[in-house]
Order: sequence, then structure tokens, then C-alpha cells
Amino acid sequence: MASQSRSVRARRPRAWAGLVAAALLATGLAACGTESGPPTLSWYINPDSGGQAEIAGRCTAATQGRYRIETTLLPREASAQREQLVRRLAANDSSIDLMSLDPPFIPEFAEAGFLAEIPEDVATEVTDGVVESAVQGSTWEGRVVTVPFWANTQLLWYRKSVAQAAGLDLSGPVTWDQLIEAATAQNTTIAAQGIRAEALTVLVNAVVASAGGTIVLTPDAPPDEVELGIDDARGRRAAEVIQNIANSAAAGPALNTRNEDASATLFEQGAAAFMVNWPFVFPRGQGAVEDGTLTQSALDDYGWALYPAVDAGTPSAPPYGGINLGIGAFSEHPDLALEAAQCIVSAENQAYYFVTNGNPAALESVYDDQEVVQAFPMASTIRESLRRAAPRPQTPYYNEVSSTIQRTWHPLGSVNPATTPARTADIIRAVLRKEDLL
Amino acid sequence: MSSTTLAPGEQERARTASGRRPGLTDRAKAERRLGWMLAGPAFAVMLLVTAYPILQAVYESLFDFRLTDPDNRSFTGLTNYWVILTDWIWWRSLLVTLLITVVTVAVELVLGFGLALVMHRALTTLRPIIRTAILIPYAIITVVSAFAWQYAFALDTGFVNPWLNLGAFNWFGSFSPSIVVICLSEIWKTTPFISLLLLAGLAQVSEDLQEAAKVDGATWWERLRKVTIPNMKAAIMVALLFRTLDAFRVFDNIFIMTNGANGTESVSFLAYRQTISRLEIGLGSAVSVLLFLCVVLISALFIKGFKVDLSQARGEK
Repeated sequence: MASQSRSVRARRPRAWAGLVAAALLATGLAACGTESGPPTLSWYINPDSGGQAEIAGRCTAATQGRYRIETTLLPREASAQREQLVRRLAANDSSIDLMSLDPPFIPEFAEAGFLAEIPEDVATEVTDGVVESAVQGSTWEGRVVTVPFWANTQLLWYRKSVAQAAGLDLSGPVTWDQLIEAATAQNTTIAAQGIRAEALTVLVNAVVASAGGTIVLTPDAPPDEVELGIDDARGRRAAEVIQNIANSAAAGPALNTRNEDASATLFEQGAAAFMVNWPFVFPRGQGAVEDGTLTQSALDDYGWALYPAVDAGTPSAPPYGGINLGIGAFSEHPDLALEAAQCIVSAENQAYYFVTNGNPAALESVYDDQEVVQAFPMASTIRESLRRAAPRPQTPYYNEVSSTIQRTWHPLGSVNPATTPARTADIIRAVLRKEDLL
Repeated sequence: MSSTTLAPGEQERARTASGRRPGLTDRAKAERRLGWMLAGPAFAVMLLVTAYPILQAVYESLFDFRLTDPDNRSFTGLTNYWVILTDWIWWRSLLVTLLITVVTVAVELVLGFGLALVMHRALTTLRPIIRTAILIPYAIITVVSAFAWQYAFALDTGFVNPWLNLGAFNWFGSFSPSIVVICLSEIWKTTPFISLLLLAGLAQVSEDLQEAAKVDGATWWERLRKVTIPNMKAAIMVALLFRTLDAFRVFDNIFIMTNGANGTESVSFLAYRQTISRLEIGLGSAVSVLLFLCVVLISALFIKGFKVDLSQARGEK
């Protein structure tokens, strides 16, 4: 009796083990099943309104079954996207064939050997007719290391009625000081981004560049020899402008926690009549009209101009952003991935992406596309802005530079031209020499 | 890992009765062996999943090692620790962490005790419902509860400002209000945990003692102070210890609500920033090791300093 019960008991775990083994085998077979067909390329994408998934489908269809492109979603924040990709690539993840990369992180990826090489002829082809800032953004040490996909830039958005009431002429360049004066007089707000996040670095870099300065002078120098320009006269001038914005009545509520979305909300609500922001705010406004939260007349009141200048006479250097495509260095199908990238960035797909998702093209010719012009009346302003745009510091240590700026320039109200730029430079140097925490 | 099924007092008596103090009986030896065999696998797994990463972190912390630049990894001894301990950010993060720990644990202890009393005294039919209701916050993932609290206090979507007539007050705009919201969220979420531990303690307090005190004319307050609390001291200390260790590792709420802005970085957040964002594995590991040492210190303080006996809380004494 006892032996019988023991044998029953002993059999049960074995039965479980059998089930588990069968399940494992089934998953293993399923995995083999996907491999036996045409190769599948996985494209790690940043969240959008479904445009990249649609383009992946189109390019898959165009190959007539030679390969398939599958998209995998990355986190929302650019910094979190980088964290995930870096961790995977540091572990030689071969599942990353294509990745949508935010341009400031490209030097770090290239320097670490995470990006597959792009042959000379392909490099020439994918940068032909591409707006200058996007070419710069996809280049590291003189080589094209990513394929330019779409290029973003910030415009100055304004309510035409308020600008008119303030007597502000926005047909030509306008300075931050003029904006502050107009906004204060009209009792309205300038929606700028002051949250301790990448958006803050975008603002600081654009104002420093518009003052004629450069945050990092020698971005490709070894970390302990990097020369910085943020603490020169132009950096201090930029700090002065930011100090004026933050301490004026036009700074508006919650500047210290305001991101791009919060700015767009303020602008839609009419609480801010001026705003510096990416072009997504326009389709967002159209969506709000459809949802009934914004009137058509308010949307018709939207005006746009080039990014504000620091000093009259010195043209502004607007922010540059967007996405470039990197080919994973450990991909099992780098040739196919390169081919897929070329398909993804075709003029047709860039125009589609611009019109449907509001993400401006990297190719200049797309801005003449009738559909694009119809959907985005500000297309030519965006192109002009991209031609002038200044990239954020292109260094493999971008995260250190950006995090330090966020640490020393936040909250914007505490920025002091005499101390903030110098302190920023000191901390960046110490952090790059690994003598400071971040 | 008790070596015998006898309670410690009886063990003592058994030893003195047999008169052979150092030597163990065959039976005791067999039981000890059985104990090791039963607990051994769990012990081995614990070593594997906790000791290995800790040792790995200690090892990595002695190197200058950047994840994207593994070729230039070099041994730097205790340099990383020197960098951390001479940096004001470390000390500020430590103070912020201690502040959050002390505030949340103190408030949670009082609230949790109140809730435990409610649960203890509730009618048997109501008890399961109350217990479930009280446990709901604890069942919610911290990240989700952090978002919920952030949205509640946010300027654009929040309902707290209209309720309190605060207008455009920005809760996440400076240090103090940010810490208040972070602490509130922590307290809301983990009070149920502490109250459950305290409820177990309350259940151990003998009804006879309560009755006797009542007969002697003790008021409710006197019974609470002189009978209930002294009898559940062990449970209180264990609850405090667990919650303190937990609170000291605070990360999620800060990450979601302020992302370390306004000087609200905790020690865990500092470790995240060096290891995951900055990819400085060496420096980040050193921060983690220091965090680990703090946790060990807190445990030692509780166990030696306050004489917390973990076995007592399990009702073995």
C-alpha cells in the first residue's frame, strides 16, 4: 500500500515535467517556425501615431516576400529609449535589425560600435537632398552612420489676434525680449518647456546656439580633454535671456514642470498666446477641433514663425530633433536591414509620415509635395527652420552633458548668468573626468 | 532555521535534565540534519540570487567601467567610493532618503495601528470585507499609484488644487510640496502592509490579560498602553524593521513624480542614474554597495539596538 502510494506520488512530478517539456518544445518549434520562412527584421520604433508600423507594412509588401519588417515599441521618453537600446546592444542583441534613434544619442551608439557600417554609395544616396541639420545629425566623425528619416524642429507659434493687438510684427525675425514685452503687455504667457527633462536641454541649447554660442566645442575629443563653450560670453547671454523669460510675468504657471504637451494644452486653452514647440501641435489642434475641445476659429488664429532670436540682427538657431535609422551591429541580416531602411525613408513614405503623423520629412523635396503643403501650411517655415537648426552637442557623452544642463538650469527661475554657465561647465568637466556623481 | 521542534524554553529544560550540555543527543543530531536538508535548497537558492549579485556589485565597484566602453575597463580600487563620499549629492540623497523613511514609517505606524485595531475589533462577518478594502492600495503596483497621485496633484489634470482652492500652486515645482506628495503616496500604499503585520501582533495579545485589566478597572487607553502595546512589542518592531528597509529603497514614486527634480533624488535613484542612465557600471555599483551597507546598518541597529527577535514575531516564544 505504502509503496503504491509512493509510486503514485513519484509519478506526478514526472507527469508535470513531461507537460513542461512538451510546452517548451512547442515554443521552441514555434520559434523555429518563424525562422524558416522569409527573414523577419525587427525595427525598434519610438511611439508615434501608427505611421512607422504602416510604413513597415508597406515596405514588407514591396519586397514581395523576401523579408518581413516587424515593429517593436520602445518607451515614450527619448532617454528611456536610449537606456533600453544601449542595454540590449551592450549584450550583443542580434534581434535589433533597425532602430529609430534620437539624433543626440547617435555619436554614443557609433562610438560604442552598436551601429552597422553604412557603405559609401548608400551613404551618398540616403543623404542626397536631405536637409543639412539632418545630415549633420546622422554623421559621426565625418561618416554617415545612420539613415536620416524625419527631421524635427521647433517653431514659434502664436495667436495672430494677440500678436496683432500687441503690435508685434512676426513676418520677420523676432527676439525673446520683444516676445516677453508683448506677452506681458497682453497679460498672456509664453509657453516654453522648463521640466527637468530632455525638453529643457533642447531649450537651453537653442538659446545658447541662437546667441552664437556652442555648448561643447570639441565634441569628439577624449572625455577628459573636451573643451566647453557654455561658460563664454554667449553662454552667459543665453542665461540672461532664459532668466528674463523665467522671471517675467509671461513665464506662466508651472514652468518648472512644463513639457511639450503641457505647453500645447496651455496654447490650445488660450492661456498662452506664444509658444515654442514642435510641429505636432498643429495636427493636435486639428484633432482638438474634431473632438470639440477647440473651436475652428481658434485654430485659424494659429500663427507660426521662425524660432525667436536672442539679439536682433543675429539669426536664431532653432532646435533640431527627429529620428534617424540605425542598423544594429549584431543584426543577422544587415544587408536586408539596410535595404529596408532605404525603403522606409523613401520620399513617398516621408510624405505619408509627415501628413498622417505630423512628423516633418528629412528630404527637402517632400516640402513641395502638394499633399504636405495642404496638410501643413507651415511646411516651408519648417524647412527654413531645419536649414538653420543647430543640433544638440554631438558627443558620445551626450547623456552626461544633457543631465548636467538639466541639473544646473532647473528650475529656470534660478538661472543666473554670472554663475549658472560656469557651474554647468565645471560639473560637465568633473563628470566627464568621473570625479562627480550625476 | 530551527534545529528542533521543541520551543527554546523546553530545549533548555531538556538540556539541563540530560546533563550533557555541549553534546547533542542522536535524536537532536538527526533533527538538525533534517533541518539542514529541508532548509538547505532554499538556502542555496538564496545564496545564488542574493549573494551572487551582491558580490558581483562589490567586484564591479572597484573598476572604472563604462558599459559602452568595455575595452577601457580598469581597476581603480576604492576611487569610486571616494568620488561618491566626497560628493554633496550623495549626502543630500541620503538625507532625503532618511527624511522620507522617517516621515513615512512614523505616519504609517500610527495609521496602520489604527487600522489594525479596526480590523481586530470588527465583527467577524465584516472582517474579511474590511481587510480586503484596506489591502487594495497595497495590491496596486507602485508605478501605477505614483501616476495616480501625480495626476491628482498635477496642475492641468489634477483635482486637488480645485478642492483645496490652491489655484495655480505647483506641487512638483519645489522641494517641500514634492516631498509631501511623494510621502503621501508612499503612506497610502504601504500602510496596509504595516497594519497587517500589526494585526497579527494584536491577535497574539491574550484575551485573558485584557479581561483581567478590565476587571481591575483599567480604561481603554490604559489597557492599550499597559497591556496591548507591551505584549505586541515584537510585532511592532518587526513591522518597523521591514517597512524601514522598504522605505529606504524608495524609487518608483520619485522616478514618476519628479524624476529627481528639485533635489528629491533618493539613494536608489542615484544608483539608477549612475548605472542605467550614465552607464558607469563601476560608479553605480559602488552607490549600490553603499546602499546595501546602509540597509545592513539599519537591520543591525534594529536587531541589536532594539533587540528585535524575529522568531518572537512568528509566535515561537
